[in-house]
Formats: sequence, structure tokens, C-alpha cells
Amino acid sequence: MDQFTLNLIVVGATFALYIGIAIWARAGSTSEFYAAGRGVHPVLNGMATGADWMSAASFISMAGIISFGGYDTSAYLMGWTGGYVLLAMLLAPYLRKFGKFTVPEFIGDRFYSQAARTVAVICLITASITYVIGQMTGVGVAFSRFLEVDNTTGLLIGAAIVFFYAVIGGMKGITYTQVAQYVVLIIAYTIPAIFISLQLTGNPIPPLGLFSDHVGTGEPILATLNGLLQDLGFSEYTKQSDTTLNMFLFTVSLMIGTAGLPHVIVRFFTVPKVSDARSSAGWALVFIALLYLTAPAVAAMARVNLIDTFYPNGTSEAALSLAEIEAGVDNQGNRVDWVRNWETTGLLAFDDKNGDGLIEYNASAENELTVNRDIITLANPEIANLPGWVIALVAAGGLAAALSTAAGLLMAIASAVSHDLIKSQINPSISEKGELMAARIAMAVAIAVATYLGMNPPGFAAQTVALAFGLAAASIFPALMMGIFSKRINNKGAVAGMVSGLVVTIVYIFLHKGWFFIAGTNSFTDADPLLLSIKSTSFGSVGALVNFAVAYVVSNATDEPPAEIQDLVESIRIPRGAGAAVDH
Amino acid sequence: MADNSDNNAYWSANKRIIGISLVIWFICSFGFGILLRPMLAGIKIGGTDLGFWFAQQGSILVFLVLIFAYAARMNKLDKEHGVDE
Repeated sequence: MDQFTLNLIVVGATFALYIGIAIWARAGSTSEFYAAGRGVHPVLNGMATGADWMSAASFISMAGIISFGGYDTSAYLMGWTGGYVLLAMLLAPYLRKFGKFTVPEFIGDRFYSQAARTVAVICLITASITYVIGQMTGVGVAFSRFLEVDNTTGLLIGAAIVFFYAVIGGMKGITYTQVAQYVVLIIAYTIPAIFISLQLTGNPIPPLGLFSDHVGTGEPILATLNGLLQDLGFSEYTKQSDTTLNMFLFTVSLMIGTAGLPHVIVRFFTVPKVSDARSSAGWALVFIALLYLTAPAVAAMARVNLIDTFYPNGTSEAALSLAEIEAGVDNQGNRVDWVRNWETTGLLAFDDKNGDGLIEYNASAENELTVNRDIITLANPEIANLPGWVIALVAAGGLAAALSTAAGLLMAIASAVSHDLIKSQINPSISEKGELMAARIAMAVAIAVATYLGMNPPGFAAQTVALAFGLAAASIFPALMMGIFSKRINNKGAVAGMVSGLVVTIVYIFLHKGWFFIAGTNSFTDADPLLLSIKSTSFGSVGALVNFAVAYVVSNATDEPPAEIQDLVESIRIPRGAGAAVDH
Repeated sequence: MADNSDNNAYWSANKRIIGISLVIWFICSFGFGILLRPMLAGIKIGGTDLGFWFAQQGSILVFLVLIFAYAARMNKLDKEHGVDE
């Protein structure tokens, strides 16, 4: 059976499973649509949160970014896991106690202000749409490879499926579907990693394999990789090249962004008790850590295999020839047809500049190979010559990751528009049916915008997603944290803080990535950023500081919050009496 | 319903536990993984140094332990102050 048919069968089977579950659990009431009736067990909720969380950025893109960035990109690993500690301790239990459906609802009530709620909706939509662009980029990569079409066609097909999928189900459909998606994606991620770890180090556990000896050289695999990279003129894998300042701020931004992303926070609204909100965060991190501990191993080993493909006889010998690429076999008899397969997507390109018939890969200007980092995870099993079913499984896993997160984000956008904007402010008498319709229209618009911008994304999937985290970090996280930990922050302070945090961050991002992410309209680049060495992806932490400072100063210069708000803050700090959520 | 002073004591205890947890959180990620990495460079592990291990693996394992330890400690605290559900 050829690879294309195998891909179709495996991807088709997993899709049938998700759609089956979505139809089986189709949302009936608004309460089910948003929050699954609050009956979800912490372990299952943790697994669904894992699927919701681990998007195309984690699954498809992150290992590739680390593979090319080495130690410098550790911020992705620490940032996207460390945020759960903040979530478990600083936000989740209190927001569960508060017992409403959406993040803007909390901000509106705590800061007794419709303006605050509206600002929170704007922050949420800005961060979520940026995030969906990253997902669409990943979906495009995955579909283009497994349907063997170019990247744009892959993206359009993916968008149609995301639309169908998110619009028919609600949160409940999504919760159970996401459990299934988690299982598919974690199997798809770990199986090739185990194979490759065995091939390269003889150790079947990838996180241990990363620190084991390479079977060929007998030296630790990281030392082997450092050696290979040095031979080709690249910086060593384990060496720090980025500035400490930027790496620090980037990690902060990803961590507090994690704790400020509404589609993750809303997960903790669906557990039965306050104590479950704390343990749910732990369970979510268990399931996330399975992938995040595997990713650095995948990254390093994929880089070793990539270099081996183009230098089959070692870096001091001749590189892979055009004739070998054409034949799909190198002079050692290894299959190299993945090079041609990925060339058709336009995401891998080679150009024999010096006309010697060899494709040389190195750090110099004479480099003849360009590899889009987003293809590394998906191409990894092909590079390592793993069996066809493993390749098909990885395609299915990548799509599971992208779909589950896109659906969760679209839910967050939909509920913000229909519940926090239309129902509470524009038309309070809207029927349940009208509210659901508004939610679905909001989803459709969000998908259209994200698909359009996904065709010319501001970066690789994980980098685009990192921008979304910066926006959430600068706007939502500080407002939530101050709302819980301070009784003194008032409506004016919160609004001023959120607006200034969001504005400075988004302006900084647009200055570096182009206005509204339109290519070519930027005044600076991340290689030579405006402030010190702070890249646009790291600026969320500065935005958050601005938010905290402005909120503090403005609040202290104006009246303190009324007594009933201070009582509300007292009450959310105490778990007892959480009860079921109430709509209003 | 417990009285206000007991609620305040509960909240102070919670904040203390959070404070200690976040110090560990900071040291094991930003500390060992980034800022203090040069100081740990002498400790070798699998072809690299301990700071690299913390940045790519160790910090994640510490985060896991921290959350479950916090959840367990808070369940106990909830009971001590009679605010559990």
C-alpha cells in the first residue's frame, strides 16, 4: 500500500472517531455549550486540557524550533509548562470558586464595570485570533504533506474541517473529543520518538536517550550533535547564543501567558470543586509533560538525522547528490525520498548554487538547503526511515493537536462575543437560540480571518503562538491576579492597566512583525529589535509589568472599590460554598 | 461560616505556601536553567551540563511535583480551617 493511501486511512479513521463523539455529545443548552455542565472528572479534564493546550505549536512546530535553536529555545519548554504552576496557585481555584462561565465575566464583576468586561473581551479576542493563526499555519503544513498538495491548498482544506468541527459541537462535545485527541496525539508523538531513540542511542525512553551515548560515535548524543554542527559552521546545540535578558523575558512571557489564556482558564471552570481545580492543573501538566519531556529528544535526534541525510558518509565527505535525491536512495542504500516528498509542499527547498551536483548544508552563504522548521516533527519518521504506518500516525496526531486547540480557542472567542458582548451588553433579551447562532457566526468570522493571515504567517507556528501568549500575558493575567490578590485595585485601575498592557505589547509586536501582521509594514526586525535585545515574542512580560504598574498607580489615585466588591474578593479566596455556576 | 479572622489566617497561610512554592519554581527554572547556568557548568551530564538539563527537563519535573504538593497541602489547610467542601 502506498503512503498516500495509508495516510488517508489513518487520518480518516481518527476523524471519524472525533466527529462521532462530537455528534454523540452534541450540545443542547447554552450551559452545556460553554462549560459541559461542570461534571468532568479532574483526570479526564486534565487530559482534555492537555489536548486543548498542546496545539500545532507544541506538536508540529516546537521540536523543529528547538532542533534549529538548541538551548536558546528552552524557553518554550519551561514557559509552556511552568505557567501551570502559576495557574494552579494564583488563578484556577479562585476563579472556580467565583463560579461564572467566562473570563471577561469575572473581570466585569470584580471590577464592577462593563467597560472592564468589554476591554477583557477585546484582549481575549486579540490573543485568541493570533493563536488561531498559528494553528492554521500548522494545519496547512500537515494537510499539505499528507494530501500531497501545496501549502495554501492544505491550509484551505484544514480551515474547512476546523469550521465544520468547531461549529457543530460545543464544550461538552469538545471535552470528550479532546480526550480522544489527546490519546491519538500522545501515541503519535511518542512512538516515532521511541523508535528513533532506540536507533540512535539504544535507549527506548527518549528523555533518557537525549542524555545517552550515540551508538555510532560512542559519545553522548549531544556531544555528537555539537561536533556535527561545529563541522558545518553552526553554533553548538547546547550553547547559549541569545542574550540572557531576552531568554529570561521570553520565558516569563510564555509562563504568564499560559496562565492568562482564556481557553485554558475556562477549563478549570468545569470541575466540580475548588480542590479539583488545583489537582486538575496538576493532571493537565502530567499529560502535557509526557510530550514536553519527549520534545527535546525529538529535536536533537531529528537534527542529527537531518545532517546524516545530507552527509551520508560524514560531514568531511561529499554531501548528498541531486541524483541520489532523484533516485530516493543514497550511496549507503538508505531511503531519502522524504526530501523529494517535502519539496512538493514548498516547505523544503534546495538549490545547487555551485553546480557541483551536491546539496551542501552548512551555516555559510553557500548553503544550498532551506528547511521550514515546522516540517521537522512531521518529517522526522520519514527521515529516520520508520514504517509507513508511523508516518501516517504522526500526520493524524498533528491534525488532532491543531484541531483540538483551534476548536477550544474558537469556543473562547464565540463565548466572549455572544455571552460577554451581545447577551450582557447589546441585547440582554436575546434567546438561547439566538445566542448560539451569534456564537457560531463569531467562530466563522474568526476562522476566516485566521485562515487569511495564516497564508502569510508572522512566523513559524510556535512563534506566532508565542505572540498570542505575549498578548495574554500583558493584558489578562495581571488583571486576574490583581483581582484576586488585591482588594485595592479598582475599576479605573484595571481598565487603564489592561489597555496600556495590551497597547504597548501589540504596538511593539506590529512594529516588528508588520501592522496587523501584514508582511513588509514593519519598521524593525527581531534580529535587531527596538529595545535592548528584547524580541517581539518576549515583550509580553514588559507589557505585563506596564499593566501592573499602571493599575497600581491609577487605583491608588482614585477611590477604593465598594464594600460589596471587597466582600466578593474575600469570598473567592475561601473554597467553601462554591456550588454550581450561575448564569447572569 | 468561619469568622473573618479565621478566613484571614487561612489566606495568610495560603499566601505563605504559594510564596515558598514560587521561590522553588523560580530557582529551578529561571535560576538553574538560565541565570545560574554558568555556575553549574562544572557539573556534567550526558555530553552537556546540569543547567541544560534543568532548562530542557529538570524544571518540568519540578513543576509537576510543586503542583501536586501544593494541592495536597491546600486540601489539608482547607480542612484545618474548616473551609473544605
